[in-house]
Amino acid sequence: MNKNIFFKLLFFYLSILSSSSADVWNTPHHQDKVEQNILFSSFSLPPKRLDPVVSYSSNEWAILGQIYEPPLQYNYLLRPYSLEPLTLTKMPTIRYLNKEGKEVDENSTEVVFSEYILNLREDIAYQNHPSFVKNQEEGLYYGALSKDELEGISTLDDLNRTASRYLKASDYAYAIKRMAVRQNHSPILDSMQEYIVGLKEFSKDITLVVKEKRANKELIDLRPYSILGVKVVDDTTLSIRVKGRYPQFLYWLTMNFFAPIPWEADLFYQQEGLIAKNLTLNWFPVGTGAYYLAENNPNKQMRLVANPNYHHENYPTLSQEQIEKSNVPKALLEDSGKKLPFIKEVIYSLEKESIPLWNKFLQGYYDASGISSEAFDQAVQISSGGEMGLSQEMIDKGIELKGSVQPSIFYLAFNMVDPIVGGYSTSAKKLRQAISIAQNEEEYISIFTNERGIPAQAPIPLGIFGYEEGEAGTNRVVYDWIEGKRVRKSLEIAKKLLAEAGYPNGVSNKTGKPLVLYYDTTATGPDDRSLMDWRRKQFDKLGIQLVIRSTDYNRFQDKVRKGKAQLFSWGWNADYPDPENFLFLLYGGNASVNTNGAGINSSNYQNPKFDKLFDEIKTMKNSPLRLEKIREMLIIVREDAPWVWGVHPKSLALSHKWYTNVLPHAMANNTLKYKRIDAKLRVQKQKEWNQPVVLPLILLVLFMVLMSYPLYRAYLGRQRAVIKGES
Amino acid sequence: MFTYIIRRILYAIPILIGVNLITFMLFFMVNTPDDMARSQLGAKQVTPELIQSWKEEKGYDKPLFVNDEAGGIATLTDTLFVQESLKLFSFNFGFSDANRDIGSDIKERMVPSLAIALPTFMIALITNISLALLLVLFRGSILDTSMMIVAVMIMSISGLFYIIAGQVLFSKMWHWVPISGYESGWDGFKFLILPIMIGVFSGIGSGVRWYRSIFLEQINQDYVRTARAKGLSELRVLFGHVLRNGMLPILTGVVVVIPTLFMGSLIMESFFGIPGLGSYTIDAINSQDFAIVKAMVFLGSVLYIIGLILTDISYTLFDPRVKLG
Repeated sequence: MNKNIFFKLLFFYLSILSSSSADVWNTPHHQDKVEQNILFSSFSLPPKRLDPVVSYSSNEWAILGQIYEPPLQYNYLLRPYSLEPLTLTKMPTIRYLNKEGKEVDENSTEVVFSEYILNLREDIAYQNHPSFVKNQEEGLYYGALSKDELEGISTLDDLNRTASRYLKASDYAYAIKRMAVRQNHSPILDSMQEYIVGLKEFSKDITLVVKEKRANKELIDLRPYSILGVKVVDDTTLSIRVKGRYPQFLYWLTMNFFAPIPWEADLFYQQEGLIAKNLTLNWFPVGTGAYYLAENNPNKQMRLVANPNYHHENYPTLSQEQIEKSNVPKALLEDSGKKLPFIKEVIYSLEKESIPLWNKFLQGYYDASGISSEAFDQAVQISSGGEMGLSQEMIDKGIELKGSVQPSIFYLAFNMVDPIVGGYSTSAKKLRQAISIAQNEEEYISIFTNERGIPAQAPIPLGIFGYEEGEAGTNRVVYDWIEGKRVRKSLEIAKKLLAEAGYPNGVSNKTGKPLVLYYDTTATGPDDRSLMDWRRKQFDKLGIQLVIRSTDYNRFQDKVRKGKAQLFSWGWNADYPDPENFLFLLYGGNASVNTNGAGINSSNYQNPKFDKLFDEIKTMKNSPLRLEKIREMLIIVREDAPWVWGVHPKSLALSHKWYTNVLPHAMANNTLKYKRIDAKLRVQKQKEWNQPVVLPLILLVLFMVLMSYPLYRAYLGRQRAVIKGES
Repeated sequence: MFTYIIRRILYAIPILIGVNLITFMLFFMVNTPDDMARSQLGAKQVTPELIQSWKEEKGYDKPLFVNDEAGGIATLTDTLFVQESLKLFSFNFGFSDANRDIGSDIKERMVPSLAIALPTFMIALITNISLALLLVLFRGSILDTSMMIVAVMIMSISGLFYIIAGQVLFSKMWHWVPISGYESGWDGFKFLILPIMIGVFSGIGSGVRWYRSIFLEQINQDYVRTARAKGLSELRVLFGHVLRNGMLPILTGVVVVIPTLFMGSLIMESFFGIPGLGSYTIDAINSQDFAIVKAMVFLGSVLYIIGLILTDISYTLFDPRVKLG
């Protein structure tokens, strides 16, 4: 009887497996989906929000970038990073105005405003969405859902009717107005208030209006309100007036903060009944992009589907000169001129742990993967010459490795207002320089990052204007240039500098006591112990005692903001590919202690010469003159050494042979539309790699059958023993 | 019994207020509203104005326990603690700091958690009791001794090892089941079988040993001898008499757990990609989302109290001598 049940269950299980997949049992996907032009990807951290004026995390932008379309985008193939129109007919026209609003020459000293005129394409339509369905009075058909209607709704698909409409310039203006509403918590509002004319005043007023309307439970329609510097000229023309010259504004126009918001969606999602069901603009975006979010379950799965209303856009076509300059591989040019997007659906599944994610990638169930530290040795081999390549196992599977240096920096900062390591006296500088030499970043990269990074020479990373290779880009305070190579200065030089700073062998001339420095960190776990030991060792080389002060992230941030940390590690990722976005980390006006903790200059570095040059370069276009001034700035900061320059990290990504047109792009977020999947090859490889091994299953069944007999015999023996009174 | 249940529910109110009070104190001892705002708003471009507007929006600009500015009774009522606690007691969990409806999220996540926890619990209970009875039947034999050694070995190994080993063996090497994932309905069977098997197996050691010790206390009782003297088979004696009389200590440990099954398992759900409640609280603590933390602590307390009441009620079902009143 029991055996029968077991076999029935086994048969039931096998039949379920065979119904879900013809040949493989362990597929996590539906087989019909695997055979289609669908990309399978994963996310480990669900996005906190998907509101374009609020979202500022890479995992959120990875989704939003496919759905919303700001006016500009980065060319996918060109390097250095280059802007191109996305929803515009051409790049914005920039007019320079004097204080009377009259147009003047770009280089004129009278320039008080810059006006960006955006000419929109007429063929751009939104995804189909219930908010666009109108009633006879041109109001929202689903604008006031009753309780009864809401009861039957759990997803947007439960609303039967959808519609679309063309993009208008007023949608971009609406988005900027939403940004101005304080209650929306846009992280760039305070920055943009400094630039967009009238935004500050508008924000103040609209915030009060919204507060009042919310208290009265009224809907907030931003259409009747306007910002002085944002003008909707007609349906396809928008002008944005910014204060002074601000060439970086074009980069901001590539970001989701400036993506269009249709008023219909904003009003539709304000219904309380929908909010209670988590149906909000925050979770169900409405855009014109190549994809729309068909399913958003941040606890399990997100699904992007190709937008049927997507406007005409082709895969980039480059001239021969551009190909050579950008060093574009031939394989990436095969689709030039073809209509985008190529992939019809993307399924992102939640994978919190790296081990299952990695194994699924190896089984072919995910099309691409990063490389976790656990999987590094299995995936990558480093040759004796330091060259990074794939392991034989990966090569055999046809997996490809793509690596690129990130426009980021991770550095060790000195608090410049600290009485020991801070200040601008010669001895303070020499102390910092000595420590900078002793911190062996090459060793750090080798031990802790598996060679995934390059030692930084200054704040500007590779790929950003102002970064220079070779001797010209070498930090002469820390390195020598010997026979065409950077060589870290010897420890003797560091010790000499330390002695000149007043600490021979790490002992203070003044007190006669060893120099003790304090390093604040959030590294509190056992995994961080080796890193902290290494950090201590770097200081120990100079005879300096390093005390590690581990703390939680909140306290750490608080200390840094208030200028109470002496030494700490910090990092920065580029918002846009301009040196200003890195050099402002050292601008005196941004010093944390001077700005009540709001400033981005956490080391509190302040050098008038540097600040003056920064003021000059921040509004300059890239030119030899700008480069010259940046060089001067870098000489100053290298000499002052407010940071140990640390590391520019390198990202590595693996992809299967069937996933093509993959090119790392550190600035663009909307790159999904360029990528391609060969589903046939994927199915073939998945079958090849995942054939079930049935022998253990047969052995297991046999073992259970064989075991049940002696057990039964033993039971009978026991029963007899009891009857005989032997128990 | 009705009066007893009402009394227990009334007792629960001060307990829940106390739990809530401790949650508030502990959370705000570690996190300030400014820290919470920074955590929610991201690391870049967070200005004091932005932090202030976030706190106002979420109500974290109010004092925690005493509002001196309010005056009168509002000194105590117009505070974060009272305002938030009142909502909790009406089971209105409100919105997370990331603006998601917590009630909806809990409902949605409860199902996958139960999909693993309930079968694991049931199968483990049946397996452990059956194995324990089997060992009691063969007590003192080689089978009993060797099974006890195996049980100690199973107990000594971390649950994480079984998860990783199970994934490597059954999915990576033999390709029988998916490594991780989740589907609702029957399609989810292939995803659930491995975590359930692992959950059952990793608990066998402690379960079997515990039940065995309970049954061993019963096996030499007079009523067992009488049952045997009546000529009942060993199986009838074990399942009909020993099991029934060993039920009280089993119920004490088991019934109280049933309501908390909703809360899921953190490690199991993380490794198998099950979108349950297991990681909900931990994720909220990491992201300093107090709205979720207090809701989950409150829910956990309520479920635990329900479990205790159910345990008391279940005693009356298995032991007629017990009267609730």
